[in-house]
Formats: sequence, C-alpha cells, structure tokens
Amino acid sequence: MDGASERGIVQMAVENLVLHFGGVAALAGVSLEVYQGEILAIIGPNGAGKTSLLNCVSGLYRPTEGRITFEGEEITRLSPHQIARLGIARTFQNIELFRGMTVLQNLMLGRHIHMRTGLLSGGLFWGRAQREEVEHRRIVEEIIDFLEIEPIRKKVVGSLPYGLQKRVELGRALALEPKILLLDEPMAGMNVEEKEDIARFILDINEERGVTIVLIEHDMGVVMDISDRVVVLDFGRLIAEGSPEEVRNNPLVIQAYLGQGSGAYTL
Amino acid sequence: MECGIFHTTYQQDMAFRHTWMEKARLVLLLGFIIIFPFVANRYWLTLANQIGLAAIGAIGLNILTGFTGQISLGQGAFMAVGAYGAGIMANRLGWPIWLTIPAASLLTAGVGAIFGIPSLRLKGLYLAIATLAAQQIIDWLITHWTSLTGGVEALVLRREANVVLGVALRGDRTFYWIIMAFAAATTLFTANLFRTRVGRAFVAIRDQDIAAEVIGINLFLYKLLAFATSSFFVGLTGALTAHYRGIISWERFTIETSILYLAMIIIGGLGSVSGSIYGAAFMVLVPAFITNVGRQFQTTIPAMAQLLPFIQQGIFGIVIIFFLVIEPEGLAKIWRDIKSYFALWPFSY
Repeated sequence: MDGASERGIVQMAVENLVLHFGGVAALAGVSLEVYQGEILAIIGPNGAGKTSLLNCVSGLYRPTEGRITFEGEEITRLSPHQIARLGIARTFQNIELFRGMTVLQNLMLGRHIHMRTGLLSGGLFWGRAQREEVEHRRIVEEIIDFLEIEPIRKKVVGSLPYGLQKRVELGRALALEPKILLLDEPMAGMNVEEKEDIARFILDINEERGVTIVLIEHDMGVVMDISDRVVVLDFGRLIAEGSPEEVRNNPLVIQAYLGQGSGAYTL
Repeated sequence: MECGIFHTTYQQDMAFRHTWMEKARLVLLLGFIIIFPFVANRYWLTLANQIGLAAIGAIGLNILTGFTGQISLGQGAFMAVGAYGAGIMANRLGWPIWLTIPAASLLTAGVGAIFGIPSLRLKGLYLAIATLAAQQIIDWLITHWTSLTGGVEALVLRREANVVLGVALRGDRTFYWIIMAFAAATTLFTANLFRTRVGRAFVAIRDQDIAAEVIGINLFLYKLLAFATSSFFVGLTGALTAHYRGIISWERFTIETSILYLAMIIIGGLGSVSGSIYGAAFMVLVPAFITNVGRQFQTTIPAMAQLLPFIQQGIFGIVIIFFLVIEPEGLAKIWRDIKSYFALWPFSY
C-alpha cells in the first residue's frame, strides 16, 4: 500500500491512464489517487472521459497505457469479475439491472461472490445450499431495509419506475460489500426529493459502512454538498483537483464548462 | 380461497408451493402420473413416454436458451451425441444401461461445452449460426464415421444392454417409470438450480451480461457451464431414447429436431421449467390429435391420407405464429393467468 499522506491512505491509484478508441483519445494521461474512506466526485463536461475512467477501473475497458492499483495490487489487466472480487463495485449511468428478475434476485446476485453453492448442490437444494440461501437472504434484507425498498422486494425490476431502479442498482452494488463503490451518475434524471434520498444513502454508506465512494455527477449542488474532494476532467485530461470550494473557483474549470471568455459566470 | 400469503421464515418464502391449492394440484398430478400406466393403453403410454422424453430435452434447451439467453440450433446434434454415445457404449464396451445413460449424458455435456466456446464472443443470431455449425459437424460425423456409428444405417443396441440385475428393462410400461423418474428428477433439479446461486448467475447473463461480469460472475465459466448443463439433459433424452427404442438412426436428430425443440420452449414459455413440460406435451399431443382427427375423415375424404402431413405442418406453423403474437410468454403464462384469475374467484374485484 502506498504511503499515508495528510489525506489518509491511498486506496486506489490511477497512473497516467491513456485510452484510445481508434484515433480518439478518451483518456489522455489521467493520474489520480483515491483515499480510503473519502467521497470523491469526478466532474467534467460531456465526453470528458469520466465514464471511460470508471470503465477502465472496473475492467470493462483495457487502457492503452498506464496502470491502476487497488490496495497496492495492480488491477489494470484483470477481468471485471476478478476486480469485483477484490471489493470494487459500481453502478451504471444507464441502469444495467437484470430486468427480468425480482428486486430480491437482483440483490441476491450481488451476493454472488460471497456465496459458495455450486451447480450440483444448488440443484439438490439440500442442507448447506439451503442454509446459505437463508444466510445471505438476511444480509440482503438488511440492505432492503436500509434503502427502504421493502414493498417492492418481489417486484420484477423491469416494471419499476426509474428512481426505484436506480435505488435497486445501488442496493445490488452494496450487496457485494465493496471496499470502494463507483457510482456513475446515481442521481441523473431524478427530482429533488429523490436526489436528496440518494445523497443521504451515499453519505450513510460512506459513514456507517466505511465504504470509499467515487461518484460521477452533474448536479453541482449535490457534488458541493456531499463530496470531500473533487477532480475535474476535460477532454481526457485532469484539469483540476481539490476541495469543492477550490474547484469551484478554479478558472480552468470555469473555462472548461462555460468556454473561453465567459468569466462573468461561476459554477 | 386465499386472502394473502404470509410467510414467517425465509425457508417458507423460498418454497415452490405456498398454498394448499398448489400442494393439492401437485398431489393430483403425481397421483395421475402413478395411476396413468394402469389405465392407459399402449398408444397412450407411448405418447406419455414421448412427452416425458421431450420434456427432459426441452428443459435442457430451456436452461440454455430460455434462462441463459444463448440461442442453440444444435439441440438435435447434442441429442444424437447422447443417443449414439449410449448405443456405442452399450455395443462396443458392453456397458449396461445404468452406466451408459449417465456416461452418455456426461459425454454430451462435454461436447456441448466445447461447442459453447464460440458463445464467449458471439451473441444472438451469430451464436445461432455457430451452433448450427455444431449441428452440421456432428450430423456429418455420424453419417460418415461409419466404423463407429454405422453411418446412415440404423444402430441397433444389444438387447443385453437393457438388463439390470437380471431384470430386462423393456417395453413401454417399464420405460414409462424410468422416463417419468428421470423427468421428475430433471424438473426438480432445474427448478432448484434457478433458485440458487448458479442458476441466478445464468439468468443474470441473459438479462445483462456486462452487469453480470461487474458483480463478479465469470462469463467464460458460466456460459460453458450453461452449455454443459443444458447438453447433459439433452444427452439424457438421447440416451434414454436409444435404450427405449433399441434402435437409433441419424434422421431423428437433424436440424428439424433442433427447431422442433426451439418451438417447444417458445410455445411452452422461455425461461420456465413448467413451460418446457407444457411445450413438450403440446408438441407431442397436437400432432397426435391432428392425425387422429384426420383418420376420422379418411373414409369420407379419400385424399386425406396424402394431405395429412401437410395439414399437420400447416396447423403447427399457425399455432407457433399464434403464440408468438398473442402470448409470447407461452403456455406457462396462460396457466399463470388462469390461476391468478381463479385465486379469488368468484369474489375477484
């Protein structure tokens, strides 16, 4: 593990990450650290490479150059399922739930890496397989209570409204008991009340469960309120980093968002 | 009449059958299956056996296509592997039925897993074409590897292969029990599978493969596992058929069989264990029904004998289109709807 600094222990480090799609550079040498227990917000205009960065971390994209380490171990070349086992969970910008399954089944799938039942023991459903189901059901029920989705636990996910689906997806990621949670626009398309709910859940997850959180979000109000630290991406480069206050007043950031010569506006 | 279902433990919640109505229906069904061979004539017994065999195969295909979302056009070929596997083991190695059936099923599972490898890269229609290749390759091998399979000639199993502990297992009634036992075991195993970890992972791959990978499901492993599990049951159908009929020929396992089974699970209900059984029953009983009705008219309409096969095919086609349009979720859904309508009957409002 990298050395501790005044901000705490570096849990994940991204070093000089480059990602090319054909001739387009989605990421052009991004380096950043994520400290244990913090809430880090990644902001930036559309197409800045925020989601590409998360996809590299969770193993969906192979970076062209650079490396990613998690708790001192290099994860750059690992496949997504191996990365999940290390304790990195995520949600997606466009909800990627198992639509044909119930909320309960979705959350139980989040427990996949913690369960042992194999093909044969599952098919026989005898003794240990059955005990394991119950044991993990209890854990899942706790998450259901936490996210206040008790009434919909038996509902098929595809039939749920958007806001609830987002919540279920958060629950599925939580069921992994991650050390670090990557949230890709967890509040996109929500009304103020729903945003407040999600913000509260994120803070609770961070404080009560001690999960490090990396979130991409466009709502500056939320970002300023809940994050400990903000990094700003623009055209695949990291252009600013610091506390929400520092970033808000950074001229480079204002320029990235509003274009050149519009100093009259602030974020 | 039920006002609601209240569970107090998670075990109760996980049970297949919750209400006394559901349990009573199960008892009725089991009772029917047990009494059936004592009242049925040979014709009905053959039909029942066909349904049982088809049900095992349909459940197998449904594991792969309905639950895991991997289209397979190689069903017929995998069934051939099971049938010829059992036949060759019985004739060449002199193995008895209790050994050939599991061995041939496992062999098919292995072959299925090998032909499942392209599924790691291919999806949907592309995968369908890749499995079509499996069908063609295996068909070709069977008809051309004459020294092993007998080629286009039918393969006749040694009669001694069906002897277990001095008892000869032959005839429709004996095989009725064997087939029903295997069908019941297959049903129970599969239903259990899909309420536990591995089965859920299969469905996750169907619904959203990227998300499945991100929550820690090894796509490579689980897709192959789905192919192997599915092929195991398909091979089981093949092996049972071989011992039941005592004679196998390649014509039973062509692409037509593959498509017939696909139709079976679409009509029954994709991703439904009971649906596979309804589909199997449907696909066996409807042609039998049409044939019988056709025979009634044979005396009045002499041309019927020639027309019958075409009418059969035509009605089949219409039925499949009907299901695709009216009830894409199949017979299983229709049955669910009927149950939920009568759940509060006559006070449903």
